[in-house]
Amino acid sequence: MSNPIIQIRGLNFWYGCKQALFDVNADIAPHQVTAFIGPSGCGKSTLLRCFNRMNDLIEHTRLDGRITLHGQDIYVPEVDMIELRKRIGMVFQKSNPFPKSIFDNVAYGLRIQGIKQKPELTERVELSLRKAALWDEVKDRLHESALQLSGGQQQRLCIARAIAVEPKILLMDEPCSALDPTATARIEELIQDLKQDYTIVIVTHNMQQAARVSDYSAFFYLGGLIEFDTTQKMFTNPANKQTEDYITGRFG
Amino acid sequence: MKLHFDQELAKLKEELLRMSALAEQSVAEALKALVQRDSALAKKVHATDDSLDKLQMEIDDCCVQLIALRQPKARDLRFIVMTMKISAELERIGDQAVNIAHRAEELNKEPLLKPLMDIPRMAEKAQSMIHDALDAFVYEKPEVARQVIRRDDEVDQLNRQLHRELTSFMIENPQTITRALNLMNVAHNLERIADYASNIAEEIVYLYEARDIRHSH
Repeated sequence: MSNPIIQIRGLNFWYGCKQALFDVNADIAPHQVTAFIGPSGCGKSTLLRCFNRMNDLIEHTRLDGRITLHGQDIYVPEVDMIELRKRIGMVFQKSNPFPKSIFDNVAYGLRIQGIKQKPELTERVELSLRKAALWDEVKDRLHESALQLSGGQQQRLCIARAIAVEPKILLMDEPCSALDPTATARIEELIQDLKQDYTIVIVTHNMQQAARVSDYSAFFYLGGLIEFDTTQKMFTNPANKQTEDYITGRFG
Repeated sequence: MKLHFDQELAKLKEELLRMSALAEQSVAEALKALVQRDSALAKKVHATDDSLDKLQMEIDDCCVQLIALRQPKARDLRFIVMTMKISAELERIGDQAVNIAHRAEELNKEPLLKPLMDIPRMAEKAQSMIHDALDAFVYEKPEVARQVIRRDDEVDQLNRQLHRELTSFMIENPQTITRALNLMNVAHNLERIADYASNIAEEIVYLYEARDIRHSH
């Protein structure tokens, strides 16, 4: 792969004395959607959380190997964590809007960045909500509580909040698993629109979702990366028997 | 882990094998009608063809349902898509057998033009190609399928040889034209049957190796 945005080399990861990732090597392509698939406990979410150092927040975790973003190691001491997480946004399984207005949710990160001028804030909030395909549904009630939005709307609000600070990469951990099929379809459409501006890595249990939205798929099992290839190849002719069994629903 | 889906796939495979047995049978019946000058048997080929048509529709229906309801992937997907293609080839083989049966009925009205040599040989080769292609399918042996593809040339060559021979018959004696043309038609039908068997073999290579070898050998 030429010019990967993220490179993972010889990555091992432990929760206490339990090893969760074993010698993972992979490249994440820019402006593409990469899906991590595999059964529960295979390490896919752990790896996703290594990208923005979310695992640092968990005690007794340990990592060796290297993860680089644009060629720069993100685990060296001089890394500015706020800057890193600004460049790598994240959306979680359960939508988690702040108990604030819709506007303030999206403006939250911008204000931390020091953007205080109302016109600029308003413009950035609108742009983010438009990119998250939510603007038309909320433009007349921006100052109402975000908590009164539906589940699908809340998730799109979280996406708007994540992209407001203009990250390079968007990590999504099971972003649709709490949503109904219609809301899921909207998020999936959105993911494909967003890849023009961002690199997206998504963890999903839904194999069809991986097939629908991703360009590359990585199959993990027992902490190892078993197979990583274009989604087209993985879903028509996987090279590995374990991948095939998992993808065709015969194991996992 | 064995799935209900596996049982549905096994059933589909059985149906396809039933269809291939019928296709082989229809070619054998058509040839027998010609060689043994048995017009009653020629009529039977129509009934076999009807069964083939019906089976093809059932198989297509089953495949469409499995795609819609099971979202097959990887090898399962290749199996279902190739089953649809193979059943279409088998249906066309049935149509060619019907054509041969028609020619046999015509030919049986007149005395033999010449002892039949090359046509039974072509038929034997074409039938064995169908048979071996389906063996490759059942026993999951793409290398057997590749051999089937190579044998298509032998049938083509016999067809050309027969074509030359029958042309000289017609030049020497215009009285033979109708019969010679009918025999040429039969040879052409057999040549098509071998082509379809060769297509089936290509589809089997794709099924088991995920490699599209059409137009490349």
